[in-house]
Amino acid sequence: MSDSLVRAAHDVLIVGGGGAGLRAAIAIAETNPQLDVAVISKVYPMRSHTVSAEGGAAGVIAADDTLDEHIYDTISGSDWLGDQDAIEAFAHEAPRELLQLEHWGCPWSRQPDGHIAVRAFGGMKKMRTWFAADKTGFHMLHTLFQTSLKYNEVTRYDEVFVTRLLVDDGRVHGAVAVGLMTGKIQAVTGKAVILCTGGCGKVFPFTTNANINTGDGMSLAYRAGAPLKDMEFVQYHPTGLPFTGILITEATRAEGGWLLNKDGYRYLQDYDLGKPSPTPELRSMELGPRDRLSQAFVHEVEKGRTSDSPWGPVVHLDLRHLGEQVIDTRLPFVRELCLKYERIDPVHELIPVRPVVHYMMGGVHTDIDGATPVAGLYAAGETACVSINGANRLGSNSLPELLVFGARAGRAAAEYASAARAAPAVIEAQAADEVRRLERDVMGREPGTERISTIRDDMQATMEEAAGIYRTGPAMAKGADALAELQQRLLKAGVADTSRSFNTELTAALELANMLDIGECILRSGLEREESRGAHQRLDFPDRDDRRFLIHHLVHRNPDETPRVAPLPVTITRWPPGERIYGR
Amino acid sequence: MPDSIRLEVTRYRPDTDSEPQRQEYDVPLRKEWTVLDGLNHVKNEVDTTLSFRWSCRMGICGSCGMNVDGEPKLTCATFLTDYAPGPVRVEPLANFPVVRDLVVDLFDFMERLPRVKPWIIRDDDVTEVDGEYLQTPEELDAYKQFSMCINCMLCYSACPVYGLDPTFIGPAAIALAERYDLDSRDHGARERLDVLIEHEGVWGCTFVGECTRVCPKHVDPAGAIQRYKLKAAKESVKAFLLPRGTR
Amino acid sequence: MTEVRTYRRPMSIWWWTKKRSYFVFVMRELSSIFVAWFVVFLLLLVRAVGRGGAAYDDFLDWAASPGIVVLNFIAMGFLLLHTVTWFNLTPQAMAVRVHGRPVPPAVVIASQYVGLVVVSAFVYWLVTR
Ligand SMILES: Cc1cc2nc3c(=O)[nH]c(=O)nc-3n(C[C@H](O)[C@H](O)[C@H](O)COP(=O)(O)OP(=O)(O)OC[C@H]3O[C@@H](n4cnc5c(N)ncnc54)[C@H](O)[C@@H]3O)c2cc1C
Ligand code: SF4
Ligand code: FES
Repeated sequence: MSDSLVRAAHDVLIVGGGGAGLRAAIAIAETNPQLDVAVISKVYPMRSHTVSAEGGAAGVIAADDTLDEHIYDTISGSDWLGDQDAIEAFAHEAPRELLQLEHWGCPWSRQPDGHIAVRAFGGMKKMRTWFAADKTGFHMLHTLFQTSLKYNEVTRYDEVFVTRLLVDDGRVHGAVAVGLMTGKIQAVTGKAVILCTGGCGKVFPFTTNANINTGDGMSLAYRAGAPLKDMEFVQYHPTGLPFTGILITEATRAEGGWLLNKDGYRYLQDYDLGKPSPTPELRSMELGPRDRLSQAFVHEVEKGRTSDSPWGPVVHLDLRHLGEQVIDTRLPFVRELCLKYERIDPVHELIPVRPVVHYMMGGVHTDIDGATPVAGLYAAGETACVSINGANRLGSNSLPELLVFGARAGRAAAEYASAARAAPAVIEAQAADEVRRLERDVMGREPGTERISTIRDDMQATMEEAAGIYRTGPAMAKGADALAELQQRLLKAGVADTSRSFNTELTAALELANMLDIGECILRSGLEREESRGAHQRLDFPDRDDRRFLIHHLVHRNPDETPRVAPLPVTITRWPPGERIYGR
Repeated sequence: MPDSIRLEVTRYRPDTDSEPQRQEYDVPLRKEWTVLDGLNHVKNEVDTTLSFRWSCRMGICGSCGMNVDGEPKLTCATFLTDYAPGPVRVEPLANFPVVRDLVVDLFDFMERLPRVKPWIIRDDDVTEVDGEYLQTPEELDAYKQFSMCINCMLCYSACPVYGLDPTFIGPAAIALAERYDLDSRDHGARERLDVLIEHEGVWGCTFVGECTRVCPKHVDPAGAIQRYKLKAAKESVKAFLLPRGTR
Repeated sequence: MTEVRTYRRPMSIWWWTKKRSYFVFVMRELSSIFVAWFVVFLLLLVRAVGRGGAAYDDFLDWAASPGIVVLNFIAMGFLLLHTVTWFNLTPQAMAVRVHGRPVPPAVVIASQYVGLVVVSAFVYWLVTR
């Protein structure tokens, strides 16, 4: 191989090999087999975080269900901040996408007659969540990955870490990336680029997210001139295992699990979520939306009705009444996880749980086809914000979102790339710049007194303090100042590892820089939003304020690298803002 | 319980080392800590240059396989207390070339995977999706076990046949072929058989059975391989006895 | 392809002594030799019988010589190992279904032992009748 700065040229370059990235790649290969597609991923595609999704994927298929109901549930779940045109497109295309996956071999759980089985899920009025036991994401990702192997036109760069997008004159032309194995820094060009880099849970200390979920794509886009949208909306999932933060899926509650406080009381009935009934009621009690359930937990803590654990207060998830048979056929992974990581058996014991950072509603601002304001740059999956999730995502809407908008972005990028020109020569210079930055500024820094892991710990603590389930203006402002200080400290942290090959200290440093960007955007957007909506709850502004804040927030990066927040109207089609009613 | 445990970790830096070396680290011994937590403690607090793969820390992404005290394990699902008082040997997965420290080269497997055609192959050419292919829970059960593979490579690391002959296609890849063969929606068994009866295919396996024993997801690759042999044998007998057209 | 100088660890020729399970496996493989020996022994017996009484007596004398007795004892041991290990592996190699329901492995293994007893009893009856 030559030592040229440009490693290869492709028509479409996809950054990320998770559910969204692979779906996009297949969509392109199927729409236009002439196009040359590449997928770059910092881990092997089947390691992507989609693999750990458990509960299921929503799509209207049951006879008693309608698209309008799915749309309404999603809109009210989003606290009316979702764009209704996007949600309509989403609900319409989700069933087809899930069927497509069925045709590609996804082992969906079935009814006795061989038809697809669906289960209930939080905030959904009908049973519409497709599932593959409780390893839905795992099966979806492996199905997509294995199916993608069939298309020879898809080139893969596995374990290659993207550090920068190449943009010239408002158009994207590719990316610079480090090959982890070799340590080589090279550009890979693409006429169109799709960011599918997943979530950013690692900005917080206690999260269900994997080590790789550092929001790289959001930061890449932000630095390349594309704004981030609705970054203040971070979802806390009500049921994570203490210490590890491993998720106990909402499907446990859909199958009939109860949340109990330390008195064995189903406390959700005290928070306007309906009355307890022995069998699960849709859109009620334990099947309410995640934002409301996580908030109820905080109030229980304040009332002193939670139990103590070495890792803070917990409540309990009770599955005992479901019986071994149901748990083993519908929730085997939950049992496996509890036995392994908590040494308890949910068939006989209560599971200790507490809210945990789970999902980023915000992300790279895109239109309904995944296009960002930067020509040729697209985004899809958790890293993007179309937005269908608004202020609060409903469980099981993310997996179908990956498919619907992954495919849409793929098709749009394919069309763009067919007409676009090859990369101009100036990008060579940009690539050279980036090589210099990485080699001199990051790798070349003397390891000083600062350590990357310490700064990361401090950032996570700052974010938990400033952007938790309940927030205040002063706390967010203080957090933003603390992050600015951490930015400065990062400039002094050196990389002790001088080896080229698999230098995970280098990638950790780059990821930390990305996360600091994201943390800043979360807090800046949060400060601007002086209301409480969905996952953004402010003690100093406890009510929703549709007059001032029925808007998205776009965070742009100023030339001096500071963030600037601007409003964007929400698209309303048929569902005017109303009250969110659960359990009534 | 002592409050710390010693990790004996294999280090290898291709730019400077001619062969792997061993380095020792003492890490806190806590009830809830896995071997991976121990390694992360080293990475964050003691020696930032240590390199290893991990991601999900919940036993599903398949990244964190290493040999722990000589046995291939998912380090995120292996607890330090089970090795107390130690020391614990942490080495890269056996049978693979070492790239760096605890990171091994998976090129062979990734390159081989597409050869077993792990996707649905149909006789009919349906391009328009309307309605699902029906599949009863029993039909699903027939292949479910083989669809549970997380590609963690523990089975390759346990397999002496793969160690002696790296061209052997290996347990997980064959299990995956079996997964699609047994899927009621698939018609590709014939095509896959052609690949698997080649020299590096199923006949390489001498049924050591270690792959099944170490598999953290109970996939039973050894079983898949033996069933494939049976299938291959039947096919060759048929080929021998029957005239071409009737096969 | 990788351009890094990866390190391929050599595999020692004594690999099979490093783990109990590997050792048992190699012994099982080795047992095939003794299975073959038993077949040869049986063929020799058949030939001796076919050649008449004197040849048969010679064969018995030879078979009673200490060397052959020891060899047969060892072979017997390996044959048992062979039988037991293969019986245990059968459920893995064959997914037996009755009326569409998978038969539990223990049942498959047990039925092989039952089969062995039945065949042995038949042979015993044949020989002693
Ligand atoms: C524990 C858990 C359970 C969940 N359960 C459900 C559920 O039941 N239902 C549901 O609908 N949703 C669920 N979700 C949410 C959903 O799984 C995620 O939103 C979704 O999988 C994200 O997919 P993705 O394709 O956007 O990103 P990912 O699958 O995270 O993929 C990101 C990809 O980007 C690559 N990448 C990132 N940065 C770089 C870089 N710098 N250079 C190169 N490559 C890079 C990574 O290697 C990876 O391939 C769950 C989430 C979690 C954490
Ligand atoms: S078969 Fe089991 S051990 Fe082998 S790669 Fe798959 S999950 Fe891992
Ligand atoms: S880190 Fe994912 S399997 Fe261990």
